[in-house]
Amino acid sequence: MIVTEHLQGAYGDTIVVDDVSIAVPRGGVTALVGPNGAGKSTLLALVSRLMGPRAGTVTVDGLDVTTTPSDALARRLAILKQDNHLSVRLTVEELVAFGRYPHSHGRLTASDHDHVRRAMGYLDLEPLAGRFLDELSGGQRQRAFVAMVLAQDTDYILLDEPLNNLDMAHAVRMMSQLRAAADDLGRTIVIVLHDLNAAAAYADHMVAMKDGRVAAAGTVADLMREDLLSAVFDLPVRVLDVDGVKLARYYGVPVASTTSA
Amino acid sequence: MTTTLTRPSTRHPESGRLAPRRRIRPARGAGVLVLGCALLAGLAAASLVVGVADISVAGVLAGGPERDVLLVSRLPRTLALMLAGAGLAVAGLIMQLLTRNVFVEPSTAGTLDFASLGLLACALLWPDAPVWTRMTLATLAALAGTGLFLRMLRAVPVRDVLLVPLLGLMLGGVVGAFTTFFAYRTDLLQSLGAWTTGDFSAVLAGRFELLWVAGALVLVAGFVADRFTVAGMGESFTTNLGLDYRRTMALGLTVVAVVSATVVVTVGALPFLGLVVPNIVRAIVGDNARRAVPLVALLGAGMVMGCDLIARLVIHPFEMPIGTVMGVLGALAFLVILLGRRGPRVR
Repeated sequence: MIVTEHLQGAYGDTIVVDDVSIAVPRGGVTALVGPNGAGKSTLLALVSRLMGPRAGTVTVDGLDVTTTPSDALARRLAILKQDNHLSVRLTVEELVAFGRYPHSHGRLTASDHDHVRRAMGYLDLEPLAGRFLDELSGGQRQRAFVAMVLAQDTDYILLDEPLNNLDMAHAVRMMSQLRAAADDLGRTIVIVLHDLNAAAAYADHMVAMKDGRVAAAGTVADLMREDLLSAVFDLPVRVLDVDGVKLARYYGVPVASTTSA
Repeated sequence: MTTTLTRPSTRHPESGRLAPRRRIRPARGAGVLVLGCALLAGLAAASLVVGVADISVAGVLAGGPERDVLLVSRLPRTLALMLAGAGLAVAGLIMQLLTRNVFVEPSTAGTLDFASLGLLACALLWPDAPVWTRMTLATLAALAGTGLFLRMLRAVPVRDVLLVPLLGLMLGGVVGAFTTFFAYRTDLLQSLGAWTTGDFSAVLAGRFELLWVAGALVLVAGFVADRFTVAGMGESFTTNLGLDYRRTMALGLTVVAVVSATVVVTVGALPFLGLVVPNIVRAIVGDNARRAVPLVALLGAGMVMGCDLIARLVIHPFEMPIGTVMGVLGALAFLVILLGRRGPRVR
């Protein structure tokens, strides 16, 4: 379980995450949603010790992320930020193999190679194994990065907008692969999503953030509510039930229609 | 008016990586390594034979003056060439990974200029200092200078890959001017010339052994190569994989500073070597340092040896300083890399 208590994060004097106390249960997919600048990415960076908190604590399975040795944490929790531009020229296979670094420190064993192969297979990367990253499309590269964090074989996987650069087909495939990783491999996935409907269709839990604070947290059914989403996004949002899945409609919704909901 | 055109692609505008038009399988690295070893052996043999005095196998075996020429002059020179070449080329690779910029190397980051400044300070303050003291001072100066360069990069968020080495060259130029001024005022210009222009003609047994330090550091770099690759992926990747980013940077910069200082102290600066060699290797096998370090060391040694042979042969029986040959060839290769790189182009 990931638990944050009164967590505060700041860049200089600007507080971007304030008083966030949430508990992400073990297993399943938790989606972080909210408008730009709500503090979603910063929260992920704080939880994954990429950034030090200004106040408050973060624990992962009871381990405080600021005091636990970084390499021990790297075997428990993996983070993939958005906008990963590697200037290092690596092949897909080399990149995915670096996901094993916390376990092998570069000397790959047979089991490390198994993990690498499985992670690449999971994201359909075998045909690209020997290709250099700078020769791939943005979507292919994104899949390679996700394969790297999967190969890291951690209980917790934190992903910051992994659907960036992906077209609809690849976005759907990525989400179902992550869903499968949670269901089949028992991983706990925390994912920042811009697409509310991706969250609604694939996540178990949702955390909505606004202005650095948690606006609401709960199951998908708890959060996919018109009044709540409209307030979080400052935008009229309609929630429709399509084939048993709640979907949000926000394009072309007249302002008046939300008040009647 | 110069305009920067960025191709409409998802490629990162800051990564000006040299990439081949056609894909070369990384597995070829092994073949290249074997070929490189053979070539290096050939060059080393040539380096042992070329010179004013003719030596033959029979003459060496018989002892006497021919054996002395080999053991006192030719062999030390050949070893010095290999060690300095491998060391500086690997230092260039490490710097490029750590700064995430393919145009940075000890001579384009001010490192070599700071090492010269350290040597000058030592010559002024402690003229009779033993060689280890001189090297330590040069190393400290190189370390401080490289640290300053990195601090400048942090303070001035440079968006263009080419501005980074430009900044380093300017920093080096300022420090170089400062050093030259004091060398001029203290009649040390001749010593300064020896540090800033590589020359192997004075290498004799007993006067190059410091370079084994550079050789040892190449082995160290090969051993911890993965850390440098990880650091090259950036701070968040490094932290995610459980490595301490600052410590890895410090380790890499120390290796770079010590190698630079030993080379400057013993034979003088070799420009562009650390730039050209890693870029050629990158085009063949990519950046994975574990794979690249042996090739970079080999090619660096080979290139220095080849340039030294040219320097010894063009005006035979006299010699040119190797730094001059490397400056010309290195600048040409730099231009080819600049013009040949994919991604954003400056026109």
